[in-house]
Amino acid sequence: MKVHVYEKAFLSIGGGMLLVFLGALAFATLGAGIHLPDRAGSIDPQAVRTTPPFDDPGVREIAPGKYEVVMVAQAWSFDPAEVRIPAGSEVTFRITSPDVIHGIHVEHTTINVMVVPGQISEMRYTFREPREHLIICHEYCGIGHHYMYGKVIVE
Amino acid sequence: MSTTVARPAVDVAAPVVQRGVVDDPSGFELSREQTALIRWNIYLGFAAVGVAMFHGLAQALSYAGINVLGWFPGLQTYYQGLTVHGVLNALVFTFAFANGFLSLTTARALSRPLNRWLLHGAFWSLVAGVVLLGYAILSNQASVLFTFYAPLQAHWTFYLGAALLVVSTWLTAANLFLALGRWRRDNPGERYPLMAFVSVATYAMWVIASIGLAVQVVGYLLPWSLGLIEGSDPLTMRTLFWYSGHPVVYFWLLPAYVSWYLMIPRQVGGKLLSDPLTRMVFIMFLLFSIPTGFHHQYTDPGIPAFMKALHGVMTFAIFFPSLATAFAIMASLEMGGRARGGRGLLGWIPKLPWGDPSVTAQILAMLTFMVGGATGLINASLSMNRVIHNTTWVPGHFHTTVGTAVALTFMGIAYWLVPMLTKRELFGRRIALAQAWIYTVGVLIFARGMSAAGLDGQPRRTFMAEAPYMPDAWLVPGYWTAVGGSLMAVGITLFFVVLLGTIFFGRRLEKRPDMPIAETVHPASRKGWEPILDRWPVWVAVAVILIVIAYGPFVISEMPPTLNTPPFRLF
Repeated sequence: MKVHVYEKAFLSIGGGMLLVFLGALAFATLGAGIHLPDRAGSIDPQAVRTTPPFDDPGVREIAPGKYEVVMVAQAWSFDPAEVRIPAGSEVTFRITSPDVIHGIHVEHTTINVMVVPGQISEMRYTFREPREHLIICHEYCGIGHHYMYGKVIVE
Repeated sequence: MSTTVARPAVDVAAPVVQRGVVDDPSGFELSREQTALIRWNIYLGFAAVGVAMFHGLAQALSYAGINVLGWFPGLQTYYQGLTVHGVLNALVFTFAFANGFLSLTTARALSRPLNRWLLHGAFWSLVAGVVLLGYAILSNQASVLFTFYAPLQAHWTFYLGAALLVVSTWLTAANLFLALGRWRRDNPGERYPLMAFVSVATYAMWVIASIGLAVQVVGYLLPWSLGLIEGSDPLTMRTLFWYSGHPVVYFWLLPAYVSWYLMIPRQVGGKLLSDPLTRMVFIMFLLFSIPTGFHHQYTDPGIPAFMKALHGVMTFAIFFPSLATAFAIMASLEMGGRARGGRGLLGWIPKLPWGDPSVTAQILAMLTFMVGGATGLINASLSMNRVIHNTTWVPGHFHTTVGTAVALTFMGIAYWLVPMLTKRELFGRRIALAQAWIYTVGVLIFARGMSAAGLDGQPRRTFMAEAPYMPDAWLVPGYWTAVGGSLMAVGITLFFVVLLGTIFFGRRLEKRPDMPIAETVHPASRKGWEPILDRWPVWVAVAVILIVIAYGPFVISEMPPTLNTPPFRLF
């Protein structure tokens, strides 16, 4: 099989580029600590409201400067709908759904995770600047999907 | 092997003559019945686009805060219309066109008719599927979008309809495999004609890929919607969906690649560079399309991050055959442009037949696909995915891939295919040219708006005209989206002027035009390692091994599925 010299060059550069991109991703994950959501436990979706910690959703300080947000995403609201935390806090979100699939995206952060009934979603983020962030449900969850939102207020 | 002994003596070093394809100027004509069935597949596919377009326009306007839903009689909600848009464009249009087009390329490449019962079966199961889906969606019992994530539960006719769409592709696959097998029996030791090889490779990939959808729909969702199973396991359902849901994008794309590799070179006066490299590209799609589904589930809970990263690497691998395609197609275009008198580094570009709407539409589709390829790599990058997942960035991306690279190519193919199938001259060549340019400019403006708003967090699949939140950053991109989407709708409308004009008013031709089929600079060889490219069992086995590595650990850890989530009908 003859492969033209230009084609060899093009494919080598293209293939090399893909390898560089993969290297950058490996660095982002292993070096810079940008992680995807991992397994964080399962839950009986019909018993969300009676299973700790989801029997008491809200914001808790678990250590100085560290907060935990326990949240229930349900059709069509977030509970709690408003999260207030001081600037500089490291916040761990634990979220589940008692009904259909939802999604949560905290605007202008990397908190972007699916909320699947039966599964617990866990994400960590440090809010540095004081500002308001929208919390948006970004997975279609029925006729009221576009009414499902909340706020993170960093003070 | 006795077959090599029994064959007439040939010089093995000489290129294989692909009998009945390019060396036969008289062409090969299918029977009237088979031609008609293929024609109706193509019509059905475009009819789906014609219906889906209306809600596409409504969606684009919604991003600019304009609500035109009140003008749509029969639609009760935005999401009902969004389901129509997704199901008709992504499933019905693409399946119907692939079934018709690749049946034709296979028959033509092998110079033999297809099995008429399988051809009938494929068409009528598609029609039955559309009728069932139409009933379920239009009666507002299935506003579950084209991804139909459990535990949102649709009426059972929705799942049966979706299953029948897949059945129609399987019957087509059976027809193609049967034709290829019969050809092999009559031509032992020959290399498969390239056009038949790539057509069959497309369906071989899809048959393996569609198993996930079949298990999900027939094994769980259909009995669940009939009340035979009480609960569902949403994560397992999503995983089965995306097992099929990523490779389906290559099932959409590969018929376009068949045209780019095998027809465009002839249409521009060039040649296809390399037979073996073309086969290798399609084999790579067979191998790497499927073990990539978790990149749609990067942000899902319950899936180990390591497995997601593995699928991410595979997704980068599947970019490679598209790089090779970019080179091969560009080389064919340059050859064509130079043969037509183009000089200098770029002088061949203006010499391309820009007056031919079939060529112009497909070149614009290729150029737009470069944007789609780049944004696709961003989606596949697990770090950046956390910024854009489920934002309008994603539809911004896929309207430049399936929405243009595929859809505009299919329209470009129609500009020679419909005259061939109807024996009528193309109606309104200038309108067709305007269609291609207006649609392309429209989709680029549209994608610009969607991408920008997506980077600022605007959610996809959301009725923005009525959402109580609307940050300022989404306002201007929303106008881009609306303007671009409107131009796309104008482009589609012009396409229908040309299509219906050709069918009803096109000048009748005495002789049926033939399919444009490219000659190859480096043809297939019987010598050396190349014949292994035609050994299906080898490639299917490698594909299955990769799937087992990519999905095996997760499937074992999820077995048996926890069917404890009750159904919801929230629409």
